[in-house]
Amino acid sequence: MAILNPAILALTLAALAVSLALLPAAVFSLRVLRQWDMDSGSERQLGLERSTYLISTLVAFAFAVELIALLLFIYNAEALSTQFVGAMCATGVLNVNGYGWPTLLLKVLIFFAAALWLQLNRLDNRGEDYPLTRRKYGLLLAIAPLVWAEAAVQTLFFLNMNPEVITSCCGSLFSAEGSGVAAEIAGLAPREAALLFFGGGLTVLGLGAWRLWRGRGGIPFALGGIGAFVTALMGIVSFVALYVYEHPHHHCPFCILKAGHGFIGYGLYIPLFAATALALGAGSAALHRHVPSLRAAAALEGLRSIRLAMIGFVWFYALGLWLVARSNLTLTEVWW
Amino acid sequence: MLQAIERQRYFIDYSLSSLARRRGKNLGLLTVYSLIVFLLASVMLFTQSLRQEAAAILKEAPEILVQRIAAGRQDLIPAAYLERMGSLRGVSEKRGRLWGYHFDPAIKANYTLMTADQHQLPPDGILIGAGIARARGLGAGDFLSLRGNDGKPAAFRVEGILPAETELISSDLILMAEPSLRAFFGIPDGLYTDLILKVSNPREVRKVAEKLTLLLPDTRPILREEILRTYDAIFNWREGVVFVLLMGALLAFVIFAWDKASGLSAEERQEIGILKAIGWETGDVIRMKFWEGGLISLSAFLLGYLLAYLHVFFADGFLFEPVLKGWATLYPAFRPRPVVDGLQLATLFFFSVFPYTLATLVPVWRAAITDPDSVMR
Amino acid sequence: MIRLEQISKVFNQGRPNEFRAIHGLSLGIAADRVTLFTGPSGSGKTTLLSLVGCLARPTSGRIYLKGRMISALPERFLTDIRRSTFGFVFQRFNLIKGLSLIENVMLPAYPLGLPFPELRERAAGLLHGLGLGSKLENRVEWLSGGEAQRAAICRALINDPAILIADEPTANLDSALTREFLAIVEGLRGQGKGVIITSHDPLIAESAVMEAVIRMRDGRRVERMAMED
Repeated sequence: MAILNPAILALTLAALAVSLALLPAAVFSLRVLRQWDMDSGSERQLGLERSTYLISTLVAFAFAVELIALLLFIYNAEALSTQFVGAMCATGVLNVNGYGWPTLLLKVLIFFAAALWLQLNRLDNRGEDYPLTRRKYGLLLAIAPLVWAEAAVQTLFFLNMNPEVITSCCGSLFSAEGSGVAAEIAGLAPREAALLFFGGGLTVLGLGAWRLWRGRGGIPFALGGIGAFVTALMGIVSFVALYVYEHPHHHCPFCILKAGHGFIGYGLYIPLFAATALALGAGSAALHRHVPSLRAAAALEGLRSIRLAMIGFVWFYALGLWLVARSNLTLTEVWW
Repeated sequence: MLQAIERQRYFIDYSLSSLARRRGKNLGLLTVYSLIVFLLASVMLFTQSLRQEAAAILKEAPEILVQRIAAGRQDLIPAAYLERMGSLRGVSEKRGRLWGYHFDPAIKANYTLMTADQHQLPPDGILIGAGIARARGLGAGDFLSLRGNDGKPAAFRVEGILPAETELISSDLILMAEPSLRAFFGIPDGLYTDLILKVSNPREVRKVAEKLTLLLPDTRPILREEILRTYDAIFNWREGVVFVLLMGALLAFVIFAWDKASGLSAEERQEIGILKAIGWETGDVIRMKFWEGGLISLSAFLLGYLLAYLHVFFADGFLFEPVLKGWATLYPAFRPRPVVDGLQLATLFFFSVFPYTLATLVPVWRAAITDPDSVMR
Repeated sequence: MIRLEQISKVFNQGRPNEFRAIHGLSLGIAADRVTLFTGPSGSGKTTLLSLVGCLARPTSGRIYLKGRMISALPERFLTDIRRSTFGFVFQRFNLIKGLSLIENVMLPAYPLGLPFPELRERAAGLLHGLGLGSKLENRVEWLSGGEAQRAAICRALINDPAILIADEPTANLDSALTREFLAIVEGLRGQGKGVIITSHDPLIAESAVMEAVIRMRDGRRVERMAMED
């Protein structure tokens, strides 16, 4: 029997609604790619320009919805953990079938894609000739299938939840002995993970400082941000989490979100996600700094994004460091 | 940065006065909106507290329950089975339990009779649940007469009423001393209704259960986590069904919101035209309109949630009790404990603010793209 | 200086009810003078006013404002320019009912996000200047026709525009109030602001305040005559 509860209903409806809303947006994107002509004052062009307001409002709304859906998805997985044998937290529930992790991954991907789009839109709206319009709607055409895929995969995830299946939870999934990507990450020795974690941090902070100092290097900063995001997640699973739980084998990226650990996970994830999204924005600003009508705006936007991103990254790494420092756990192989 | 905040303040200021200028229309919307939030939030808060109640009660329950199965039917289990299972690693305590159901034709309800392990009771003394006390109008010192297995009525003296906190499961409970219960049901010494095992490490529960099925092939171990899971599934499912039933109401609300947002009065249309003409941009109008929607959503959300909170936690959820609790004659009067969590709030968001905003998105945009020169035509 | 080159404006393009309001019009308007657009109704003078005032974009042709081409700008930027360059007074004044006088005057500056005390002071100053200082908190529906027009002028001036645009400003006023309006226009001219007016009111057309007249008919300009030069 498929599991029916309000949260699942809500997630399914939301995915369906956003997917449907993106259908006209995709059609509109195609029209823009074919018909956009900034020099014309024809009613068709005026109509297209008016519609861009609807589309950007729609994407902003979808972004907000996707953000809340991401939280709800995790909360719901957490709450469902009582219904599956072997599941003790969200990890176990995501493992119930093969669609759980892909859904989460798609949600995160859509979050970043939408964040990038909104920042691109913001930049484009500063240029008097809307120079990035085609690029923007091309990107939207690429995002739409992601949203549709997410709706499909998520539905499959919920439909194929079989309470009879014994699932494996964070204990076994993120254990060094297991197999698969999660185990690979967890199997990473804490020492290497710590090196990657703080290495990624130093790289991105260094690139950011250089960008702020020299006024160049926005693209390396964006790449550094992506790198920092990936290494930070790996670091949380195989290294920071251990210190938070004060348990040498408890690798779980979700349990830190629980009240039992003071909701400290939000303090880590929110700045990390925000800073990475802003780093992407800084990258796109740097990429378009030579567009004639955007020269001033790109510099300004880039600077703003990088400053905010730097605040996020500094926060994230400082908190990570503090969590390790205040922990009673000592992992001997890490420090000597 | 400060300028941006100041700007939003102007938009909020304008949307507040705009809402106030069309008080009638907006109050109607607010009422319907709050009602939707109230209905959904009531269902959620109610089931949530039921779920918590059940979990809190089962927390004290043993990890494993062993029943003897004879030809597929549950049968009394010999005390000797306790020795037969020997010492199992991880089991901290094991003992037999004695209990049974008893149908009382006087109020057409089933009682659950159990041995009182924590209380010293005289042979004719009993403790009763609050539900029975209410249904039969009993207090401490009164006598309750029940027909025993020999067909003769036996009178028991009520020594006390069980505490109200556990009423969800103790409502129909009668506790008495072991010899009295054996005599009442006619169960010989050496036999129990079932056996219970306590296992402190949750990871070992399954291992213990597996060993039990090998050691005692004619028994069935029931795990606490399975009971919890069943409860959870049932509560979730009921809640889900109620939500599906409420979908009709939700759809009506979405259509209502769409209609309100797109059916702008001539005056409102003119106002937006004026704003556009005197220097507001399409984006500015959209922002102002979303503040309007946001303020309405926030008010409706808070109002509806507050009412639901009062309804569930202070009025015992009287509107939904029969549907969601589904108890028999001995209705547990239970005081749910207040709980608020992120899962609930996020779910509620998707059932109220999300459809509302989606329904108003296109109408708002359509109003905002009014031509600035429309006021001159 | 505002320059129009080969401007056309078509409504309902490509449909059976297609309507060409302006035909290939070219002209120049001095930004610091008082200019009158005149012509019978349907002559295209209001459409022309909305094009000059950046309320609408021409279907074809170019418009230059102080040498900068603005005809191809999207609405977002056109609004910026309009806010800082033009102030509008409409035929029916178009004050928003239910709001106080001073709120109505402050409204065009809302999207700019100025500090509130500063904006309020500026609005009050303008209202005092036109003799409405005692009615700041009055609701606009209680104002007389002349007061409503002066309020509309204050609103048009709140962002300190270089040019005031007035569409048929005296259509709802009697002769005394029309003369009062012309006096205000003269005062603005004295402050170095330009004024563009559409009207077919003879009192306006014959006024000595008008420095240039553009006559329109059927979407075309008929003649131009400078009245003072």
